[in-house]
Amino acid sequence: MVLKAFFPTCCASADSGLLVGRWVPEQSSAVVLAVVHFPFIPIQVKELLAQVQQASQVGVTVLGTWCHRRQEPEESLGHFLEGLGAIFSHKPWFQLCRERGSKSWSCKATHWQGPTSHAASGEDQVMLIFYDQRKVLLSQLHPPAVLPDRQAGDTTASAGGLAAVFDTVARSEALFQSDRFDEGPVRLSHWQSEGVEASILVELAKWAAGPVCLLLACLLSLVSAASACRVFKLWPLSFIWSKLSTCEQLRHRLEQLTLIFSTRKAKNPAQLMRKDLIGQLADALIPVADHVAKELQHLLQWLMGAPAGLKMNRALDQVLGRFFLYHIHLWISYIHLMSPFIERILWHVGLSACLGLTVALSILSDIIALLTFHIYCFYVYGARLYCLKIHGLSSLWRLFRGKKWNVLRQRVDSCSYDLDQLFIGTLLFTILVFLLPTTALYYLVFTLLRLLVVTVQGLIHLLVDLINSLPLYSLGLRLCRPYRLAAGVKFRVLEHETGRPLRLLMQINPLPYSRVVHTYRLPTCGCHPKHSWGSLCRKLFFGELIYPWRQRGDKQD
Amino acid sequence: MEDEQSFSDIYGGRLALQRRCYSPSCLEFCLSCPRITLRSLTAVTCTVWLAAYGLFTLCENSMILSAAIFITLLGLLGYLHFVKIDHETLLIIDSLGIQMTSSYASGKESTTFIEMGEVKDVVINEAIYMQKVIYYLCILLKDPVEPHGISQVVPLFQSAKPRLDCLIEVYRSCQDILAHQRATSTSP
Repeated sequence: MVLKAFFPTCCASADSGLLVGRWVPEQSSAVVLAVVHFPFIPIQVKELLAQVQQASQVGVTVLGTWCHRRQEPEESLGHFLEGLGAIFSHKPWFQLCRERGSKSWSCKATHWQGPTSHAASGEDQVMLIFYDQRKVLLSQLHPPAVLPDRQAGDTTASAGGLAAVFDTVARSEALFQSDRFDEGPVRLSHWQSEGVEASILVELAKWAAGPVCLLLACLLSLVSAASACRVFKLWPLSFIWSKLSTCEQLRHRLEQLTLIFSTRKAKNPAQLMRKDLIGQLADALIPVADHVAKELQHLLQWLMGAPAGLKMNRALDQVLGRFFLYHIHLWISYIHLMSPFIERILWHVGLSACLGLTVALSILSDIIALLTFHIYCFYVYGARLYCLKIHGLSSLWRLFRGKKWNVLRQRVDSCSYDLDQLFIGTLLFTILVFLLPTTALYYLVFTLLRLLVVTVQGLIHLLVDLINSLPLYSLGLRLCRPYRLAAGVKFRVLEHETGRPLRLLMQINPLPYSRVVHTYRLPTCGCHPKHSWGSLCRKLFFGELIYPWRQRGDKQD
Repeated sequence: MEDEQSFSDIYGGRLALQRRCYSPSCLEFCLSCPRITLRSLTAVTCTVWLAAYGLFTLCENSMILSAAIFITLLGLLGYLHFVKIDHETLLIIDSLGIQMTSSYASGKESTTFIEMGEVKDVVINEAIYMQKVIYYLCILLKDPVEPHGISQVVPLFQSAKPRLDCLIEVYRSCQDILAHQRATSTSP
């Protein structure tokens, strides 16, 4: 029967003493947590262990003896060690031994039958597994992905022996509080004996963190109180706030900042603060807007001619075309009027981008929406016209067949019309049918343009969502302290001599990055479109206006 | 105790199986894949550079040539770090578990450890791979809900793909250790 002994690497150089830890009978493994040094009083050791057991609910006991010395064992020490076995009785009793300065270890595990029958004690083979106590203490095991049809209870029941080892070390914090350098009655050696990390800067930062956090909390509460005041809830302002994605992002960012103070997102776009870059951006915006307007004018001229070889109704074509051209002319004049102020506005808006890349992206999305406002207007005009036409056509088509829509009963009923009603109805129906291609073409063109703009804005939103839901802290932890997030363990066989016990080194196998992102994904403020593809196509066909996404808590327009 | 034998994989390439016995309860098998040959490396590089030169004569843009050099270098580094496996190791420790390690040509190692409590059995299975039927060694994992069911099949030596004679060697040693482990675990 092979027994396993998990031994911390920090105790490999400790002086002789008693082994203290937990025995797990199901896996026949012993987890050594610390070494108690000579001299000690057995009563005090037992008291300390009882205290630790009560505080941590871990069955900590004396497992055996540890011997670390220069020469071969002396007889008196051997009897002394065996005598200890009688005081702290434990089955099986481990006796680990190491020559100082050499790599040869020996360990025996005996089943103590009693003080009378020394000869009848059995010996078992022991396998030594070294582990880094500090890393195992801080690490968190991530079991492989549970299949969806299993409940959580099943997996904990079948948790293996290694999870028990991690659990034991993690829960025994109470044992690690006193050290061999402390003045207490019992001197222990464990991972704290290797040297506690103490850096002046870290200490200073810890002291300064309290007041700084307090100050930031006060500032943030002031800002959120100001933004929650009644002025902003009045109708025009609340309408604008709900339409701009920048405000949604700012609100999200404020929530995050109040939660954790140092949330600085992906990269700090400080380059946007540089004057010449803002100037270049402002200089680039006006020609782009002009270019877009010119392209729209060419498009309208094309529609007013014979687009794609289709023959349009000349009068309606001219009316619609001239109306849209005048609209573009107004828009261009407005842009040119605003051009001296654009640079300053952009600089002030760019200041708020210090809150993160996502805010900058949201600002970009809003700038695109504002610049293409005329396309949105054209789409609304075209859609309303088309919608009216379709409704008129359907109602007159029913009249053509001698039927009527019953509003009370919400169904189509037959109806007898007078002759003059039928005459006028048929005339109007014919007119609408022949004007349908022109209106439909304008509607089609502007709907496509609008959908293009919506797609671009949607992509920016997806990117913002992705950045928002990226777990930066977990990724940073995986990069800098990979032992904290463990997918499992890995073993390495150390130098082996025949006749000596087998020695293994247990190291932590870190979680792959894809699983880190998948497990620790932050909840997104994901505003997914509420329509399915079918309802979208239906709305497009009947000319109803489409609103591609809704912000949280928005009411229908 | 260490010994080395020579086998071949399913394509006819030469594999070396190194077996190390640390103790009756601990065994390690190391299977080395055929190395990347100078011939294949030269062939790929020449193809890429000839294609780039062809594009250059069409477009007269010298950026294409520099881009081709970068692509070759990055592609080679990526291949060595992510794709080319140098050797695969199987470590079986009685009463602890089975560990599989894949070492890439750039030195990266990826390890998986399965505890003995989850291992049901180690078997040789058949599979249809492209146009061949091949044998592969796999570990069957226990199903926590159903006592006689299998929850997962974990194949071993996936990139080396040795033939049946090599698999039988590994299979016999694994079964010895598993039988020993089952015998000692049932006894109190």
